[in-house]
Amino acid sequence: MSIHTKTIAQLSQGLKDKEFSSVEITQHYLDRINKSDLNAFITVTDELAMQQAQAADDKIASGNGGILTGIPYAHKDIFCTKGVKTSAGSKMLDNFISPYDATVSHNLNQADLVMLGKANMDEFAMGSSNENSFYGEVKNPWNKNKIPGGSSGGSAAAVAGGLSCFATGTDTGGSIRQPASLCGITGLKPTYGRISRYGMIAYASSLDQAGPMTKTAEDAAIVLNAMAGFDEKDSTSAEQDVPDYTANLNDSIKGLTIGLPKEFFSEGLDDAVATEVMNAVKEFESMGATVKEISLPNSAYAIPTYYIVAPCECSSNLSRLDGVRYGYRCNDPKDLEDLYLRSRSEGFGAEVKRRIMIGAYALSAGYYDAYYLKAQKTRHLISDDFKKAFKEVDVIMGPVSPTTAFDLGSVKDSVSMYLADIYTLSANLAGLPGMSIPAGFSNKLPVGLQLIGNYWSETKLLNIAHQFQQQTDWHTKTPEEG
Amino acid sequence: MSLSEQQVTQIAYLARLSLSGDELKDNTQDLNAILGLAEQLGAINTDGIEPMAHPLHMTQRLRADVITEVDQSEVFQSIAPNTGNKHYLVPTVIE
Repeated sequence: MSIHTKTIAQLSQGLKDKEFSSVEITQHYLDRINKSDLNAFITVTDELAMQQAQAADDKIASGNGGILTGIPYAHKDIFCTKGVKTSAGSKMLDNFISPYDATVSHNLNQADLVMLGKANMDEFAMGSSNENSFYGEVKNPWNKNKIPGGSSGGSAAAVAGGLSCFATGTDTGGSIRQPASLCGITGLKPTYGRISRYGMIAYASSLDQAGPMTKTAEDAAIVLNAMAGFDEKDSTSAEQDVPDYTANLNDSIKGLTIGLPKEFFSEGLDDAVATEVMNAVKEFESMGATVKEISLPNSAYAIPTYYIVAPCECSSNLSRLDGVRYGYRCNDPKDLEDLYLRSRSEGFGAEVKRRIMIGAYALSAGYYDAYYLKAQKTRHLISDDFKKAFKEVDVIMGPVSPTTAFDLGSVKDSVSMYLADIYTLSANLAGLPGMSIPAGFSNKLPVGLQLIGNYWSETKLLNIAHQFQQQTDWHTKTPEEG
Repeated sequence: MSLSEQQVTQIAYLARLSLSGDELKDNTQDLNAILGLAEQLGAINTDGIEPMAHPLHMTQRLRADVITEVDQSEVFQSIAPNTGNKHYLVPTVIE
């Protein structure tokens, strides 16, 4: 077994047993990144990584290492990292060296992790294919003509392609779960407020949530332990105790009630994806779970609701990028207005501009009630559908994405791209935790199974996913094996 | 209803963006398609439904009114496009 196919749990054991050092595994990953053509990284922090690896080895030698000490990971380039370029995939922040650490970055440093670099992503996390990055598209390790998914496409490609042991991601409308699904890895979007948003460059603040992207559910639990927690620097951080997410992984799931929303299995879902998802559900039945059909009647409205709410928040959040205090400034502005207009027009990419304009329009006088307020009310209905469903079932399962990874450059218009987010958006709108776990293949491309849990049920979701991974080997497949 | 290129130019300006010829044409098409998608919301009855501003309906925490920030102006200004005398410099607004 190669270093890069090992899980966190396995690498951690190997480091403890002195099978290899953190410096060795870090060098192994850096060599692989160097040779890779996936474009999964915007910045490779090789010097810093080697320093951190050396420090980790010293700590392990002194007997003070923790489970994550010396493990190399890829950090999505949306998290501020002090002294390291933090671009959010945008020309606007191409020159931005963050003067401070995001709380997530701080927490991961405290855990003695080794940051290999900053992972590529759709600009400001807006996109489902990682084709919207200023730094170029990321390729899917399973088929380099295909998209890796987005917006955490670099993170997913890095883990699936054996370029990092795990990665961080953020999920505003599916940006952890969808790339995890399309690249065949495990991704967890926790409950809104579980992980601090401080220093995580904001796209849509009422939806954004960070989470781990890993090879296994066990690894996701280990990383979530380090990422989660109350943070007074984030006004929407939840004052909720952090349990040990690894403690219940081995619990039996006998008697589990799984809800299958009929709306998730209707028109638009690829037959082969549906088959793999249903096979996974059958696996759960054989493990003692029962299945119940449920309805989320308003879930079809998740797309228009999301594509109003998120652009409104983004138009507000991104107004601070004006060429004055940091980030891109146009050459020779003739006056202040020219400075604003050209800095923003030259600094932002096409999709970001589109969403800013949709938001600006939907929030403008005369249209606010028809769009933003209406969408916020619909959001309530979508959320209520879940509340009702969780009175009857323990977990909701379904597809993550209607299809497997599509060809790079094949989806040309925004609306078609948005429609592919149909199964992931509603968990963000409701603030619920969701996961994607590998559940099969179609045409040699991975298919993910989505799990949606009730608020604060990360422990349960990880338990369910871990039990599935004890019975199946989809999560162990790597692109090299095909 | 459909947005004209003139209206899209105005929306872009409100967001301090300017669109070149092709960009304007493409964006007018895209914005109309996206707003067409949003029209679906009209079909839902939301009478008496409260707008949902926060997924967990949490209220804003309050903190003691004490200074927590330290002066980091030098650090912040070190990454600014143009500064002078501890100020951020922009083109002259008033002659």
